[in-house]
Order: sequence, then C-alpha cells, then structure tokens
Amino acid sequence: MTEILQVAPDREELVLNMGPHHPSTHGVLRFVVHTDGEIMRKAVPDVGYLHRGLEKIAELQTYPGYMPYTDRINYLEAMFCNMAYATAVEKLLGTEIPPRAEILRVIACELNRIASHHITLGCITMDLGAFTPFVYLLREREKINDLMEALCGNRLTFNYMRIGGVSQDVDDKWLKQLETFLDHFEPVIDEFDKLISYNEILVKRMAEVAVICAEDAVGFGLVGPNLRASGVDWDVRRDLPYGAYPQMAFQVPVGIGEKGVVGDCFDRFIVRVEEMRQSCKIIRQCLSNLPEGDIKAKVPKMLKPPAGEVYSCVEGARGEMGVYLVSDGTTSPYRLKWRTGSFAGLSIIEHISRGLMIADLVAVIATLDVIAPEMDR
Amino acid sequence: MEQLSNYIADYFELSGLAREIIFAVLILVVAAVVFIVALTISGLLTLAERRVAGRIQSRVGPNRVGPLGLLQWLADGLKLIMKEDIVPAASDGPMFRLAPYLVVVGVFAAFVSVPFGQLLIAADLNVGIIYLLAITSLVTVGVLMSGWASNNKWSLLGGIRAAAQIVSYEVPSALAVLSVVLLSVTLSMSDIIAAQGSWPWAWYLFHNPFAFLAFFLYFTAAIAEGNRTPFDLPEAESELVSGYNTEYSGMRFAGFFLGEFANIYLMSAIATTLFFGGWQIPTVTPEQQAASWGLQIIGLLIFVAKASLGCFVVIWLRWTFPRLRVDQLMSVCYRYLVPLAFLCLLANAVYLLVVPAGTLIDQIIHYGTAALGGLVALIFFWRVLHHIRSVGDRLNLNVLARGKKLRFDPSIQARRYGRFRRKKFMKETN
Amino acid sequence: MTPKEICGKLADKLGLVLDFKEEAGDPWASIPTDKWQQACRIAREEPELSLDFLRSLCGVDRPDDGEIEIVVHLFSYKHRHAFVMHTKTDRAAPRLESVSGIWPAAIWHERETFDLFGVDFPGNPDLRRILLPDDWVGHPLLKDYEEQESYRGIPTTRPGYEKKPFGPRLKKAKPVPKKEEQ
Repeated sequence: MTEILQVAPDREELVLNMGPHHPSTHGVLRFVVHTDGEIMRKAVPDVGYLHRGLEKIAELQTYPGYMPYTDRINYLEAMFCNMAYATAVEKLLGTEIPPRAEILRVIACELNRIASHHITLGCITMDLGAFTPFVYLLREREKINDLMEALCGNRLTFNYMRIGGVSQDVDDKWLKQLETFLDHFEPVIDEFDKLISYNEILVKRMAEVAVICAEDAVGFGLVGPNLRASGVDWDVRRDLPYGAYPQMAFQVPVGIGEKGVVGDCFDRFIVRVEEMRQSCKIIRQCLSNLPEGDIKAKVPKMLKPPAGEVYSCVEGARGEMGVYLVSDGTTSPYRLKWRTGSFAGLSIIEHISRGLMIADLVAVIATLDVIAPEMDR
Repeated sequence: MEQLSNYIADYFELSGLAREIIFAVLILVVAAVVFIVALTISGLLTLAERRVAGRIQSRVGPNRVGPLGLLQWLADGLKLIMKEDIVPAASDGPMFRLAPYLVVVGVFAAFVSVPFGQLLIAADLNVGIIYLLAITSLVTVGVLMSGWASNNKWSLLGGIRAAAQIVSYEVPSALAVLSVVLLSVTLSMSDIIAAQGSWPWAWYLFHNPFAFLAFFLYFTAAIAEGNRTPFDLPEAESELVSGYNTEYSGMRFAGFFLGEFANIYLMSAIATTLFFGGWQIPTVTPEQQAASWGLQIIGLLIFVAKASLGCFVVIWLRWTFPRLRVDQLMSVCYRYLVPLAFLCLLANAVYLLVVPAGTLIDQIIHYGTAALGGLVALIFFWRVLHHIRSVGDRLNLNVLARGKKLRFDPSIQARRYGRFRRKKFMKETN
Repeated sequence: MTPKEICGKLADKLGLVLDFKEEAGDPWASIPTDKWQQACRIAREEPELSLDFLRSLCGVDRPDDGEIEIVVHLFSYKHRHAFVMHTKTDRAAPRLESVSGIWPAAIWHERETFDLFGVDFPGNPDLRRILLPDDWVGHPLLKDYEEQESYRGIPTTRPGYEKKPFGPRLKKAKPVPKKEEQ
C-alpha cells in the first residue's frame, strides 16, 4: 500500500519530467517528478500550456458576443460554462428567465454532465490500463453527441445558451429521442458497474490511494465530485438552488469509503458513476414537466448591465463553476474571472503526492478529473 | 537431421568435410524455415490482436487490407521496414543497436523446440523444456540493454521494471512446469506429449488437482513474463509512453513488437504441450500417428488450434483488465505465486509417491479432477450465455464484422482510378 | 447570516467601521490593506462566520484610481453564507500580505494574481508565475499592458498586421450581398 515513507535526506533523487505530451488525455499538463526509485518525493505541476487569455478577451467582447468563448473554457462541459456566464449576466441585469428555458437549460446541463463523466470515467480506466471501458463510454457518448447536434448544431462546443434563455427550441421528436436514449442508457451504467467498477485490480489500484481528508479538500478549495468523495455533503444544485433545480428531486452521492478510506481515488470514481444515474433521473423529471412558452427573455440588443459586480456559480461536472463579473456600465465586461474546479484540483496534487508511486500519480490526476483548459483558461 | 544429412550425402556419394557442410547447410535451412514460420505466426497474431480488440471494444478492427484484413500484418511489417532509422544521438550506440537482436533471438530461437506436430519439430532436444525456459531468459538482457541505452529516464524505469518482472516471474513459471515434468518423467517436448493420453480427460491438466493448479500458475506467470496486461506496467502507455520501447522506431521496434507476440504464442504452445496434450488426436495412438502423413497434418492443426485458443485468452485478458502497479505485481509473484508453485511441486511429488499410477484412488482423483474441470467450463459457458441474453439487442455477435464497403470508396481507390472517375463518383453520391 | 451582518460582525472584531457597498449584484465589504490578514483570519476562525471555503482570490485593475483591487469571495459550508471582501493596493508597487496560511487554496490563486497583475504577496511559499512562462515580461491583465515584440525569437504579431486600439468592437456586420441567379 502507499504509506508515506520516511526517506533519508542524503539519498539521491531522480528527476523525471512527465512532459506536456503524454498519452493520458488530460490536456497539456506537465509534472516535474522527484522520485526515489518508484516512490515520489514530490510532483510539481507546471501549468499554463493552454493559457489563452480568455479573461482578457472578455474585456474586448460584448456580453452576448463572449458566449462562444465560454464553451472553450471547458469543452467537455460547455453547457455549464455557458450557463455560468449567462446566469452571471442575468443576475446583474435582473432578468427573469422563462420557465421553459430553465427546464431546457437543466436538460442540456444534465446531458452534458453525463457526457463529461463518460470521458472522465473512461480516462480513469484507460490510465489504469483497461482500454475497453473508454471505448464503450465513447460509444455511448456518441449518442449524446447526436442528440446535441440535433439540438444546437454542435457536438462539442455548443454555444447553446443565450443571455436570457436558450437559443434553440426542442420539438417532440427530439424529446422522444432523448427518452429513447435514457431508456437505453440506464442499463448501460449497470453494465459498466458489472464489468469494471468493482474489478479487483481496479479496486486495488484505487482504494486507499491518495486519500484527501475533508479538511484538506475544503482548505484547498476542491469542489464537485472530488469534495463529495472526501465526505463533504455539498452540492450547489441542492444547497444553493438555481434555475429549475428547486423543482427537481435527486440524491447527491457522497463518498463513504466503500472499498477503502473516505476520500480515496475509488470514492472519487464511484461518486461519478452514481452521479450519472442521478442525472438520468433529473432529465426524466424535466421531460415530464416541460412547460410551453418562450425560450428566451427579451434582453436589449446593446446589453449594458448596471455597474456592479456579481459572483454566480453552477454545479458543473467538475464542481462549482463560478463566474465573477465586474461591470462598469459599458457594453463589455470590465473584469471577468472564472473559478474552475480543476484549478483547485491541480493545486492539491503537490500536497498529496508525497509517498505515492508514479503509477499512483496517474490514478490521482485521472480521478481528480483535471482538465487543462479549465485550469489555464 | 543427422539422418537426413547422411541420406543426402550417401545419395550424392560424398564423405568427410562435405558431409559436415551438408549438415550445416541443412541446419541453416531448417533455421530459416523456423524463423519464417515464427515471423508469420507473430505477424498473424498482431492482426488477430487488433481484430479481437476491435470486436471486444464494439468496433471492427482492420478489415481493409486484403480480405477481412488478412494482409494487414504484411502492410504493417512493410511500413515498419520503410520507416526512418532513428538512433538518438545521446544514446549508447552499439548497445542500442544490439538490444532488439537479443530479444528477437531469445524468443525466436525457442521456436526450434516447439512441437508443432509429432515429426514437425525442428530439434527434438532431450532437454526441450529446460532449453525453452532458458533461451527465453535472453529477453531480459535485451530489455535491460534497451532501457539503459536509450538514455531516457522513462525508458530506464521501464527497462528496470521489465527486467525485475521477467526475472521474478520465471520462478513460479519454472516451478509449475517442473511439477508437470514430474508426471512425465522426461524433459523432451515430444515425449511429454506422447506420455499424455489423447482424450481430454487423459491430459495432464486433469491428472490431479495440483496439476490443474499448476496450469493456472504457469499461465499467469507466462503472461507476466510476456509483459502483457494485467502485468504490462513496463510498457504502460499512460505513464511511460512505451517504456523500454520508446526510443525505438522502424525495424528495431518491430523486433521488440514481434518478439512480444511470438512470446505469446510460445507460452501458449508450452501450455498446450504440458497441459493440453499437444498434437494428440483422440482415438489415435502416437505410433499410428507416426505412420501416416494425413494424421500428422491433423495433429499439426490440432496443436495450432489449441495454441491459438491460448493466444485468444491472452489477448482477451489484455483488453479486459486494468494493470497492476509495480509493488502489487511483485507481491503477487513473491507472496502468492511462488509459495503456491512450491506447494504444487511438493504436492505433485508426494502424490506420485503415495498414489501409484493406475490404482483405484488414482483413477478416482483423475476422473474427479476431469469432472471438476468440465464443471468449471460448463459454468463458464452458461454464464457467458446468461450475459449475452441479458445484454439484449446491444450485442452484435457478428464476429467477422463485415461492414458495408462502398464499391468506389474514394479513400482507398483515389489513386487507382483517375480523376475523371473520381469526379463521376462524387457526382453520383452527392 | 446576511452579508451585512457578517460585515458588522467583522467590523466589531476588528474594531473598525468597514465600508459596505451595495450596488447592483453582490454587496461587498472594503477592508483596509493593513488589516487584511487579520480580517481574513477572523473570517476563517470565528465560529459564527467560519468562512472556510475560499472560492476565488483575484485582482481587478483600476487604473483610474491608481489601484489594483484584490477581491476575495468566501463561503461557509457550515452556515451556508457567502461574503465578498475587497482591498486596494497601490498600482505602482502592489503588495498584499499572503493569506495562504489561512486557506491553502490561496497559494495558487495568489500565484495567478501575481502572474497576471504583478501583485506581490510576501508570505506566499511559492510565488512564481503560473499560467505564463517564467521568463515572460509584463503582466497581461493590466489595462495598459503592451505585449512584447517577440518572445524568445517568436514574433508576437504577423507581418503586415496593424495593431487595433484596445476596446470593445462595436462594428455592425456588413449586409450579406444577395446571391445572383446561377
């Protein structure tokens, strides 16, 4: 097991570079790993390879014009980024969103959560050596991509939400397709569980590895499934409800140390599997009470929110996606800051990497669900 | 071989040095044949791996080159030969260049002693099985050399891990093999097969429960020696890119690659020899088989089928399981496999002493183990059927997975058909 | 507790009167720079406040006031209340005491603010650039940032490119010409 070892200070260290190009598909990240053979002394992350200056770009764009950029903050959960930005501007403007738009937003977001967890779970298993679950989950994700393409025209960077609502309406045909997908998909999660979730080798690789206690998780600012896996029962959808979530009934999975200790990698893995099930439940509830009406509130063409600042957050697939927006009354934001879950996730790796093995580092990065574009913006 | 060379020399009425030369030439010819056979086998195995992997992952696998993709391995080999020969400037030149040869020699030289058929064995050494275990150890040196000579810390780590793994897992592998050799009293591969019976319940697999256990021990240790998932940490993609393979390209990489696949076949072949009755045909005794060429061919086919089944299982395991971490790998070897292997050996020896062959108790244990094995197989297939039924229409059992191939697929036939026909095709389909 | 009450409590503990702004959006409290670390410590450790989740620590460049504002968003899982604190640093030589001892999350947030604004945080155990390369010149999110001509020999503009003035683009889209009959 990976106990923290006492290494003599005069032993020599091997400095390895897990370079920006490496086959784990977590984006472009670099780690400088000081190891003593297989056991690591420390793993220092070096980030910034995907820094595109999206926060500075916001100061050049108009409020509605920035919406496509928000997709690129995290392309795997583009709907959440859209929604975070849209809710921030709407809070400043004080607009009310039509109920149909709220429900459509929730449907889109939960579908995107399922799709994002597909990639995460697939990458976790792939990094640990089981290549097949990744391909199975991609096969399922293709169905979601097809649904999204029918909805808004894009498979990855959706640009679906607008300030005041959503951009495209749905018809009965699409809703029928969505229901077919849900009927098909819920048994697939059970199949995934049967095939790989409790596989002895996977459990041994992840249980009791890189335990993050609740205090550390809160102190370092971890959010989302990482925080819940460490035992903190917190979900923005349930505890600070926004949009149509007050009408939804769902459970929030919290890590209980099922196969090891609370807060280990296995908890982070299994919490995400459970979340997919809950997302299906939420979408079904949305389908059954989808009201008629507009899909977008009337907002002025030349959007000039009053001067002020607002922080608004949504519960993304990687945790609390927050937008801090400062407006000075003109047509473009004065300052826009994105608060993303991967930023905190990466900052804790240096802290917990002491005493782990190199193979465990891969498991940790994968289960913390670190995505470079979200980290670097 | 000596008989054959004497025969040829007598035919041409030569003597003295000429005889030796003919003998040497004959050896070279046989070696070349064996090498080509081994190359073909490992090439076909690469194709099989990709097709099986594709079907397991609910996709197709290569099916373009040749019918059903059967020439894909030739295309891959050709591509690897044509690649640029890169030797990193900072690497240790001679060692870097030598390492793939060691791996290739270590694995392909073992094919000389693989009993493909009763008379179809290139060198029926009387220490066959020991020779096999020994010559495959050469791979360790090659892997270590490649890891060091690449002048790359990740390759070094991969090479060290691989060397540690291969060396460690040779212990349970050899012990399991030894416990079966106890049953057959001989080390020669053909004689081990001949000592088994031809019907399935007469195989050494079901000889006694400890031989049954020895099979699983041997198979696990063999997979670990071949660096296959779940033991493929030395070439773990997500951490080490390719481990000791990283800096190699072109034909040198092909050496390692083909060596790995030939190793899989070799391990399957050894398992077939030791546990599954090799080339024995039911209802036919080895003497009858020796007399007829037809039966020899059937024996060869039976051997190849059994070994291929073993290869299929190895490939299947690769695409099912995650990989073990290094310390877990070592602990599996030294804490579980080695004690069990020793237990197996001792128990087999005690069994042979205490229970004389042919007595009632021996028969009971023998057929009891066979019944147990049959029961295990039955339960396994029943569960497979159960899962197939429960998955429903999500399952596509089209093993060959013939997709709809367009007759004028521009991607493959763009060069063959001229611009005029391509334009015509595009207009037709748009 | 509402933000006003939190601000009142904080003001009591600090022994000052805090400036509390309520404009459109979220209200925020303005903390004087020399009381910054003390205020943060009280916010974290006071049992009625227990603002243990540092959501974000970022900078806002105010060249008109000659200041860089540091904005901290806090949240408490226990009491489920949020709080926003502002403090101002001098734009010419911005520095602020680090709060990384109070919230470990602040280490990387302060690194980012240092990287993008140039604010120095004495007390941060690891203050170096995070998003930009270590040898980058300048702090991009400042309003008067001019990009360097080239970085390690790579020019930052294409030849023939004229630099446009900084500011939002408000040009109307050109009308699409009608398609002629083919």
